[in-house]
Amino acid sequence: MATTDEIRDIVLKYVKDEYLEDEDQEVGYETPLISGGIVDSFSMVSLKRFVENKYKVQIPEDKATPEAFDTVTRIAALVQAFLEKKA
Amino acid sequence: MKTQARPNIGSYEERLKGFSWSAAESELGYTPGADINIAWYCTDRICQQGKGGKTALLWEGLGGVEKRYTFDDLRLASNTIASFLQGLGIAPEERVCLFMDRIPELYLGFLGALKAGAVVQPLFSAFGDESLLVRLENAQTKAILTTRKHVGKVRKIREKLPCLKHIIVVDDDGRKALQEREVAFSLARSKPVEDFKAAATKAESPSVLHYTSGTTGMPKGVRHVHYSLVSQYLTAKWVLDLREDDVYWCTADPGWVTGTSYGIIGPWSQGITQCVLDVGFTAEAWYRFIQKRRVTVWYSAPTAIRALMKAGEEIVKKHDLSSLRHLVSVGEPLNAEAVVWSERVFGLPFHDSYWQTETGSIMITNFPGVKIKPGSMCKPFPGITAALLDMATFEPFHESGKVGLIAIKPGWPAMLRGYWNNQEAFEKKFKNGWYLTGDRATLDQDGYFWFVGRDDDVINTAGHLVSPFEVESALLEHPAVAESAVVSKPDEINMEVVKAFVTLKAGFAESDDLKLEIMNFIRKKLSPLAMPTEIEFIAQLPKTRSGKIMRRMLKAKEWGQEIGDTSTLEND
Repeated sequence: MATTDEIRDIVLKYVKDEYLEDEDQEVGYETPLISGGIVDSFSMVSLKRFVENKYKVQIPEDKATPEAFDTVTRIAALVQAFLEKKA
Repeated sequence: MKTQARPNIGSYEERLKGFSWSAAESELGYTPGADINIAWYCTDRICQQGKGGKTALLWEGLGGVEKRYTFDDLRLASNTIASFLQGLGIAPEERVCLFMDRIPELYLGFLGALKAGAVVQPLFSAFGDESLLVRLENAQTKAILTTRKHVGKVRKIREKLPCLKHIIVVDDDGRKALQEREVAFSLARSKPVEDFKAAATKAESPSVLHYTSGTTGMPKGVRHVHYSLVSQYLTAKWVLDLREDDVYWCTADPGWVTGTSYGIIGPWSQGITQCVLDVGFTAEAWYRFIQKRRVTVWYSAPTAIRALMKAGEEIVKKHDLSSLRHLVSVGEPLNAEAVVWSERVFGLPFHDSYWQTETGSIMITNFPGVKIKPGSMCKPFPGITAALLDMATFEPFHESGKVGLIAIKPGWPAMLRGYWNNQEAFEKKFKNGWYLTGDRATLDQDGYFWFVGRDDDVINTAGHLVSPFEVESALLEHPAVAESAVVSKPDEINMEVVKAFVTLKAGFAESDDLKLEIMNFIRKKLSPLAMPTEIEFIAQLPKTRSGKIMRRMLKAKEWGQEIGDTSTLEND
């Protein structure tokens, strides 16, 4: 099972590759993604789909809130929780 | 429920009697035939009324960064931008695009371009390069104001845009060299222009070009004129009920018509203080902003309201929202539950308002002080003749409960004057002397309008129209896609979302990763709004015998409706 740190790194790389429009913008584990305007609510759907595909988990809509997806750390924690539930 | 002072509109029934737009012209001090420049009315005129020191804009961005502008600041900034644009050689009626997030320069640039006599073309900053290209190409845009964050998308397409002479970067910090056709402009570093004579535009001079999507063809540029000010001013006063001491928050992005008609023109032509929050949506951020800014009038969208409902009531109780006194909604039909919910948690109902990019101002709406029937659009604005037309004969009818096409008698000030370079599409919007909205509704025995749905296949997602044709065309550019059909699908928060049915080319295998790749392909090429939230691979698309894809059938399946006549299907 992937560790939270590994998940964080993979999600961070994906965010940088897929959503950053301003190449000068720096993004870290704690950068606000949704409230910071880097990932809008529509694009969040694709970010959710990415982690679901990658880790073979299903995150229900009521857990996939803008708050839960607002930082890479929170996303990693959410994914980790579902992985543990599955294990 | 909170008690309310007498609304600006007074008695709706009384206002209907002998209504004339000339009353608004008089309030604005406008005489038919005289010059009328929206930007002058929103800045210089307010200053001339002695309100130059009043706060016009309270802006907040990422990390809590705040900026405040008075009406005199708006006047100076718009003078400075107008002067800069004229210095570049921008001639009257040439198109100047605004392509940036909701930073102050977006609002100031809008006013500056209008003052220079240009036609402003605001485009949603989340648009991908393909969406940007077709709109700039269609408008033969001469200049674009953008930021470092978004200039990359302009660079990708500029070679295909010979008319685009100036790419103006409003936040250039000098760290990277600008490229071909690019020029830096900084309000902070520019000497404020104290005196600038606003372009002597007339009532019918073009002002704003907003793009909207139809079922077929490319997006259409809706051409508005400076005279639109008259109905935007009066509807803001009577429907939004804006008053001298209000703090008004319109959550719409000026890349769309609500963000300009009521996020700039309506409030500022009245000298109203408004605030802007340029961060992504979260319930916490929004409630905190209302509390901090002591927002009194809030104009938002059903999608946001439903997202707030989803966030629950506990979070509402953690904030002091007692400043709110009037709530209005726009963009898509407001469901009855949302009205009931807002009345319970805020002590105020949201008032649904109905209008379109083409109408330029509010057409049918719930008025302050008029009984709300949750789920209804209520009644036409005074001066607006709205009716339902029979779908076969296009004749108006009054029968309650019967579904008809919402139509409006042409002639209100903010009505579109045409589609840019597309007279044919414009003419199709009129039948028997009526403007056809493309929406369907019913009337009840009290004359209230009740929205039923679109009369075409355009997808209304979170209040934004998405053309299935545009998405299908973009999908075909993905190397794995052989054919596609795009339809709407019901969604609890966004009302509708985009769903794509896709057949794959030989050699490509179905997988979840390919679905995600296609989703991201559309997101970047068109916009996040146009991205299908669901992709279904199918072996063959249903088609008529003549080869036309039966989008109707796929849509019916998504909405749980009867599929209807399938006798012309190829695959039956």
